[in-house]
Amino acid sequence: MSLELVCPAGTPSALRAAVEAGAHSVYCGFRDETNARNFPGLNFSPDEMIEGVRFAHAHGAKVLVAINTFAKAGSMEAWKAALANAEKAGADAVILADLAVLDHAATHHPNLRLHLSVQAAAATPEAIAFYADTFGVKRVVMPRVLSVEEIAKLNAAINVETEAFVFGGLCPMTEGRCSLSSYATGKSPNLTGVCSPPEHVAYSEDRNGTATRLNGFTIDRFGAGEQAGYPTLCKGRFVAGGKTSYLFEDPVSLNAASLIAAFAKAGITALKIEGRQRGKGYVTEVVRTFRAAVDAIDAGGTEVEVGRLLAGLVEGGRQTSGAYKKTWR
Amino acid sequence: MTQTGLTLGPVLFNWSPDRLRDFYARIADEADVDRVHLGEVVCGKRQPFTDGLWPELIERLQAAGKEVVLSTLALPYNPRERASVVDFCKVGELAEINDLTALPTVAGKPFLVGPFVNVYNEGAARFLAGRGATGICLPVELPIASVAIIAGALPDVEFELFAFGRLPLALSGRCYHARLHGLHKDGCQFVCDRDPDGLPVDTLDGQQFLAINGIQTLSNGVEAFCPTPEELGRLGVRRLRLSPHTVDMVAVSRLYRALLDGKASRGETLAALKGLNLPGELVDGFTRGQPGSARVEMA
Repeated sequence: MSLELVCPAGTPSALRAAVEAGAHSVYCGFRDETNARNFPGLNFSPDEMIEGVRFAHAHGAKVLVAINTFAKAGSMEAWKAALANAEKAGADAVILADLAVLDHAATHHPNLRLHLSVQAAAATPEAIAFYADTFGVKRVVMPRVLSVEEIAKLNAAINVETEAFVFGGLCPMTEGRCSLSSYATGKSPNLTGVCSPPEHVAYSEDRNGTATRLNGFTIDRFGAGEQAGYPTLCKGRFVAGGKTSYLFEDPVSLNAASLIAAFAKAGITALKIEGRQRGKGYVTEVVRTFRAAVDAIDAGGTEVEVGRLLAGLVEGGRQTSGAYKKTWR
Repeated sequence: MTQTGLTLGPVLFNWSPDRLRDFYARIADEADVDRVHLGEVVCGKRQPFTDGLWPELIERLQAAGKEVVLSTLALPYNPRERASVVDFCKVGELAEINDLTALPTVAGKPFLVGPFVNVYNEGAARFLAGRGATGICLPVELPIASVAIIAGALPDVEFELFAFGRLPLALSGRCYHARLHGLHKDGCQFVCDRDPDGLPVDTLDGQQFLAINGIQTLSNGVEAFCPTPEELGRLGVRRLRLSPHTVDMVAVSRLYRALLDGKASRGETLAALKGLNLPGELVDGFTRGQPGSARVEMA
């Protein structure tokens, strides 16, 4: 079976761009705290979701709706509404992480197909079987702790589909298990659907260059003339044991394109491209390139051919294949 | 009103068997805690060094009248680690699950839920209680307003808050101690044992910020949630957790016991804690709806 390419749609226009560029599926969220990319200017109103699903379906693509934050105590209504609106829009699946949201979906929306978000961090056959048996989860997004070999073994031990991130932003921390951002700023992916939020970011210049800060904590420093990167907490430079280094992760992004054939062989169903905060130009280019690569592998193409297709994407920022290769650990 | 429970959480750091044996002997004889958690929670690679130790420590602590809980690994993924989680839950002592890998094994029996499991609302708590959870230590970043709502919704569940120690903030597939020392996780040489309270991580401007402990990242600041008995009653929280450090934990337990029994004020408790040899500044932002790094206000 060929690999399903799951592509980011942060906005209605990015959704159309991804679909037209060849996405098999797109994923998107509502414009509120129910999804883990709760940034200004992104996401969908309920009406836009209806229209987005209509457009995708007309072009033969699926829509997966991310409702993947943890519901706030005492105010489950937004998450219930998101589930109802996703079903009403005709979403092909919802991507969930919270036990309460999963429980509600399984009980009240039995016809909705459930995917388990990476935020649920289910990395073992036991945990995955629990979600499958209890809520009827059909697909699990792989936490970024497993190597390709480990995912292959996992796939042999479970009877649900798996989806793996292949390109884009990369968390070195296990997603859904990280409170670094709230320690510094009070806001975090699990609490509010954001990490290292922009309203806490400051760039301050002095005679040594530019310091980037997150709520007063210095995340990195750049010399005069160097371009100062966004201060994502875990991609900063810190001092530990007398050494200054990118202790947690270098300022790199994920590119596991060279592993597409290995992913297929490992029994993975779908490859996911991160980047719901990206504009449609970026989405178009990345989706078109990955679709060509997936098609080439499907047609029995060699790694050299695929490598040539993807060469354009590896310029610019530094990249890593992350946890998929054991040496990353 | 029943007395607020005081728990000594699992040791998060790579302490040698000798150190652990000495530590728990003193806890058994002198600490003012009624419940003690044993087990390696952070790194499966450390387990072979301590696995053989737990039976004698269980016996030692129980003989001293402590309730013993076995805490499971927070991020198991290889077959040996998965098996260890299942085995730990089958020992027969009360188990604390720190990942849902353990849930099928404990479901239907009484069990505890640790702070590494995402319980952010009353629905998730109710779901776990329905499976047998009798106590839940809530996630460290959970705002106090949410704590009150969750605990209020489930009066039969014993809710616990992380009250003392460096805050466990994140887990990773990558070992930061190994990375810092130019090693890979698979050949880590167990360098995390050099930092029995974690290794401080400062910013480039010298601000104390975080601490690493193998695959775990903690706060540099030491959480010191020091509520009055009335505040805890209003929240519906019936138990506090003290997380072990090299500081005199017997002294810490006595300070908290006095606080919870109304024999010492918040100010007195904080001042006494400050006088101990702590690895970082006192923080309590999470319990005030602030960034977790917000310093304790003494007044």
